[in-house]
Amino acid sequence: MSDFSKDGYMNMELLRFTTAGSVDDGKSTLIGRLLYDSKQIFEDQLEAIEQRSQQRGFEHVDLSLLTDGLKAEREQGITIDVAYRYFATPKRKFIIADTPGHIQYTRNMVTGASTANVALILVDARKGVLEQTIRHSFIASLLQIPHLIICINKMDLVEYSEEAFNKVVEEFRHVSSKLDIKDVHFLPISALKGDNVVDKSQNMPWYQGATLMYLLENIHISSDENHIDCRFPVQYVIRPQQTEYHDYRGYAGRIVSGIYKPGDKVKILPSGESAVIKTVELFGENIEEAYAPMSVTMTLDRDVDISRGDMIVRENNAPNMEQEFDVMICWMNANKLQLGGKYAIRHTIKDARCVIKDIRYKIDINTLHRNENDKEIGMNDIARINIKTTVPLYFDSYRKNRYTGSVILIDEGTNETVAAGMIV
Amino acid sequence: MILYHLNHLRELEAEAIYVIREAASQFERPAMLFSGGKDSIVMTHLARKAFYPARIPFPLLHIDTGHNFPETITFRDKMVEEIGARLEVRYVQDSIDKGRAREEKGPNASRNVLQTITLLDALEELKIDAAMGGARRDEEKARAKERFFSHRDEFGQWDPKNQRPELWMLLNGRKHIGEHFRVFPLSNWTEMDVWMYIQLENIPIPEIYFTHERDVVDRDGMLLAYSEYITLKETEKVEKKIVRFRTIGDMTCTGAVESPASSLSEIIDEIAASRTTERGTRQDDKRSETAMEDRKKAGYF
Repeated sequence: MSDFSKDGYMNMELLRFTTAGSVDDGKSTLIGRLLYDSKQIFEDQLEAIEQRSQQRGFEHVDLSLLTDGLKAEREQGITIDVAYRYFATPKRKFIIADTPGHIQYTRNMVTGASTANVALILVDARKGVLEQTIRHSFIASLLQIPHLIICINKMDLVEYSEEAFNKVVEEFRHVSSKLDIKDVHFLPISALKGDNVVDKSQNMPWYQGATLMYLLENIHISSDENHIDCRFPVQYVIRPQQTEYHDYRGYAGRIVSGIYKPGDKVKILPSGESAVIKTVELFGENIEEAYAPMSVTMTLDRDVDISRGDMIVRENNAPNMEQEFDVMICWMNANKLQLGGKYAIRHTIKDARCVIKDIRYKIDINTLHRNENDKEIGMNDIARINIKTTVPLYFDSYRKNRYTGSVILIDEGTNETVAAGMIV
Repeated sequence: MILYHLNHLRELEAEAIYVIREAASQFERPAMLFSGGKDSIVMTHLARKAFYPARIPFPLLHIDTGHNFPETITFRDKMVEEIGARLEVRYVQDSIDKGRAREEKGPNASRNVLQTITLLDALEELKIDAAMGGARRDEEKARAKERFFSHRDEFGQWDPKNQRPELWMLLNGRKHIGEHFRVFPLSNWTEMDVWMYIQLENIPIPEIYFTHERDVVDRDGMLLAYSEYITLKETEKVEKKIVRFRTIGDMTCTGAVESPASSLSEIIDEIAASRTTERGTRQDDKRSETAMEDRKKAGYF
């Protein structure tokens, strides 16, 4: 943290990225390397992993130990759950959602991907594009992560060969042509030796591109938010029981997308009533223009009946209001999906119930093949289904809006979250 | 479009306010745990912002070990009065008197672990179904795996291997009778974020975070504040030092750091230059490699 500057800190952007990888591809080493080379590791943390590396009889300090969490994970040497890590450079603060890459942890990858701006995918330069590479890329495209960075790792083991690198790039381009990926970068690295992670490699003069850290610090993320479609789900109605605020009605929530300002004509869903925004405020301070992902409180020019779960939108730009629609789901529970079964559904901050009307197809996430005959949807499966909800939801397609286009399904008996859904 | 981009502190603020409003909406009897430390002070500030101009619509709950720094209690009472919040206090001493908890023995005795008993009893007595806490994922490796909405069974236990997946900002607070949730609005904050936010928002904090002269005991390299709750070992002696606290917990397990920092700005410079984590000043985490994970499974924060 030697370059720390207070003014700089106030202007930092937040970037969330996800890393998927399997046991041997060097993911934990890469994260350890990022933290270590950017001087984010503290003495007490380093001492702890030095001790444990010694106990295990390793010759060098195993940076991957930095990302170990739970007892069972340390015992088995794997990541079971999503672990969140934090580090900052003078430019950005980073949140890493570190997820296991094996097929049995697809649900964890989906969880980590749901809020990420960037996905890091590791490919072993010796092995090239494998099933798991396809799987990780597919999840990134399914979850609409705006930026993808393909780290071709272990370049030290292929003699830093440009040819080996180009071969993997070509393989990946071939496979990814079937996927919906907007922005992709390829990097030749060695996480173990540190080539092109934080410091530019001296071993690959043929590579003129950026290091991983440079990309993470400079990828353009400010246009990732949707500032066009105004969507404000009312989370909480503020009615102070104090005499000086007797007539105050504030509609509190987090702006999902779009820009709101005083004077805007708005429409309230589901009632369809119109109003004009009087103030957009937080803690008594007026905000001139509010945008995603701000949490604010709005007041309106007239008394309208609004309660939690309603949505404030612009008059000429309304979301879909329907009860029956298709959803791509990732199933996350040991109990299988029941065709015809009823589940609780949560969309923005609204709760409803739904019935599973149809299972359209299941996707083999290693080959991307659609299977219309396989209706057994179990843990980690990805499928397209059709559902009907008890009340209309106000939604956009997930492609258009990640936050009004997503739902979770909840088992009404166990209360567990059983599926993540993206509205088609 | 750079104009429409929040800086990271404001984004964390927005996220935390969203989580607090969700907890207030999804649960019948939420409460916010208040320890007098900087994280719970920041969380309380965010709760005020979330519901302003209304008052905070849930009580603050303090589990008092009886081994608090007196400055913390003075600060707490003043703050509660100023913001018009409701405060509930439950005492570890009462749990001990009732025979529900047994005091640890020896020079390293602490009431840190006993708090869990008093906390779980208080949640049951007050019928609290969601307890918000200021824990952060960057603090400790077991906390790195926490959810915003973290489920607890009817014994108050955490099952880290069977957590509900948490996607997008969709928070699932459904539960059976007798179960409750822990809610962590500051999950994505780091120590530096907390300090920078305190400065940004000009939030008052207890004076022991700033430099002062104090009687301390050097125990295994950790400077513990000398008080009637500390039993000296034979080789130990009480010394006067210029110190401040980086975290505030129990007097028996919170170490001081030698520091001349007398303002927020100086504290921030000191942390930026620091080469150890703040939990490095906590003896409660040093008991074993899995000290935090084990305590959390049993119902600790």
